[in-house]
Amino acid sequence: MADKVLTTMHEKDMQKVTVAQKITKVIVMFLLYAFLCTMALIIVFPFYWMIISSLKSTVEYRLPIPTLFPREILWGNYLEAFTAANLGRLFLNTVIVGLVSTILSLVITVLSAFAFARLEFKGKNALFAALLATMMIPGELFTITNYVTVTKFGWLDSYTVLIVPFLVSVFYIYLLRQNFLQIPNELYLAAKVDGTSDLKYLWKVMIPLSLPNLISITILKMMGAWNSYVWPRLVTSTDDYRLITNGLRDAFTDMSGQANIPVQMAAVTVVSIPLFLVFIFLRKYIMKGVSRSGIKG
Amino acid sequence: MKNFLQKIKFDQWKAWIYLSPAIVLLLIFTVWPIFNTLRMAFWNGYGLFKELGGELQFEFGIKNFKWVVGYGGFLDCLKNTMLLTVLTVPLSTILALVIAVSLNAIKPFQRFLQTIFFLPYVTNSIAIGMVFEAMFNIVGFGTSNPSYGIINNILGVFGVDPINWINAGSGYWANIAVLVIYIVWNALPFKILILLGGLQSVNKQYYDAAKIDSTPRLRVFTKITVPLLSPMIAYVVITGFIGGFKEYSSIVGIFGDDMHAVGGESLNTMVGYIYKQLGENHEGDASAAALILFAIIFVVTMINMYVSKKKTHY
Repeated sequence: MADKVLTTMHEKDMQKVTVAQKITKVIVMFLLYAFLCTMALIIVFPFYWMIISSLKSTVEYRLPIPTLFPREILWGNYLEAFTAANLGRLFLNTVIVGLVSTILSLVITVLSAFAFARLEFKGKNALFAALLATMMIPGELFTITNYVTVTKFGWLDSYTVLIVPFLVSVFYIYLLRQNFLQIPNELYLAAKVDGTSDLKYLWKVMIPLSLPNLISITILKMMGAWNSYVWPRLVTSTDDYRLITNGLRDAFTDMSGQANIPVQMAAVTVVSIPLFLVFIFLRKYIMKGVSRSGIKG
Repeated sequence: MKNFLQKIKFDQWKAWIYLSPAIVLLLIFTVWPIFNTLRMAFWNGYGLFKELGGELQFEFGIKNFKWVVGYGGFLDCLKNTMLLTVLTVPLSTILALVIAVSLNAIKPFQRFLQTIFFLPYVTNSIAIGMVFEAMFNIVGFGTSNPSYGIINNILGVFGVDPINWINAGSGYWANIAVLVIYIVWNALPFKILILLGGLQSVNKQYYDAAKIDSTPRLRVFTKITVPLLSPMIAYVVITGFIGGFKEYSSIVGIFGDDMHAVGGESLNTMVGYIYKQLGENHEGDASAAALILFAIIFVVTMINMYVSKKKTHY
């Protein structure tokens, strides 16, 4: 009833719209679009600049008035970037570390989330609360001791050191547990009556039902490997184990202004393109994880 | 009944087996660090190399904290961090709010523009930092015919003389300006995402009521939109402050590992300071600095929460 009154009042109000109001509306809309388009241009410009710079020759890049589109497209910069920054090897390392840590991390997360969501055991709630509390502490605090620990373990310069310390994420366990809790317990009990084993139930029922979250975790984990910089730098000393982001900054540290920037931009583009592709095709999964946690990668 | 009890027992045992990989790893890499970092912070002059070299006894005290605060250059890092946070958080929040409200007011191209505004989120901050470096960089700096870079050229259209943003001899405030621009650019997507999500769940009836009263747009914005969005604004401000205090990789992206322009003032931050001490095997000092960072973040978050509780409507 109340809704009805409101809409009729609304309609009456609309009929009273005068010409002056219409003009203001057009102007406001114009200003809104102008503002949004300007901001969008500012947002996109660095990406545009990165790509066109990566295709220029050094001579063209150094022109006093920069060209907005390369006169001559130089794909060779990409080849040079791969050798200069050793991108091939670093790419391989990143893929190995990303894949192995994602798979192991998924197994651990699924098992823990299952225990927290479905099984009854003493101290369950206390343990879960303690885990959540650790999320408040900044990661740097852990990094210091973990560096000491892995040095004592003799793990420096290995894939292990890049994978193992980050396998468990309390946030992922939390995310998946919430998901598992939404699956009716009756399904689990029914499966028990039928004599289905836990693992089979997990595999056949829970994992398919929480696939979107598992995909989110996979993407965030892979992006984490792709973007990690500090830890690999700290615990590895050669390109045999460094990850792709390390190659970027370490290979191009020349700040004299004479560096070959087009080649540098080619390397940067190579690192950025996979992220764009992931973004374009899997945006909804990323947003899902992101809007809940505010964490990046 | 006996069966039931057996099942419970079995469940217990099973649960711990499922949890065991997570618990073992958490004990080593999460729980132990909490204690050990505290311990190292209060072990005077603790360093891993010293310990591996056979020095096993460290005096207990607050020397690390004293050194960090007194001589370690930590205060400069604190100043840089504070400055960047205080400049970037309000700027990015207000800009994100205006963009989100504008996006919410349009129909055609809304989704397209939304996608564009989200683009910087999925980037590698080191990689795009290098792009910003290239845009502000003066190529051939110090030679007779330098190319002033795209930003200086764009500014030149408006009659601004070329500015030395990041090259040798550039000023502290020019460096800070570049960092602020980059950090705001980088921080916008997340904030727009959250604020737009909030706007889209606001009850339309408030706006209808305002329309009937023909309330001016600005008043609608300050009296309806902002109060209704206040929980989301509080959320992005708090996460913004936490992120700001942990600023690190954007500076490395633009200025490299040295974290300063050639011959320029240090732009190091608190997190950068911790990693620097760690890199030099001063684990005690690194731990002390990390605890100070934690305390600062904790206090600021508490203040933020207190203020937002008072100011948030709901």
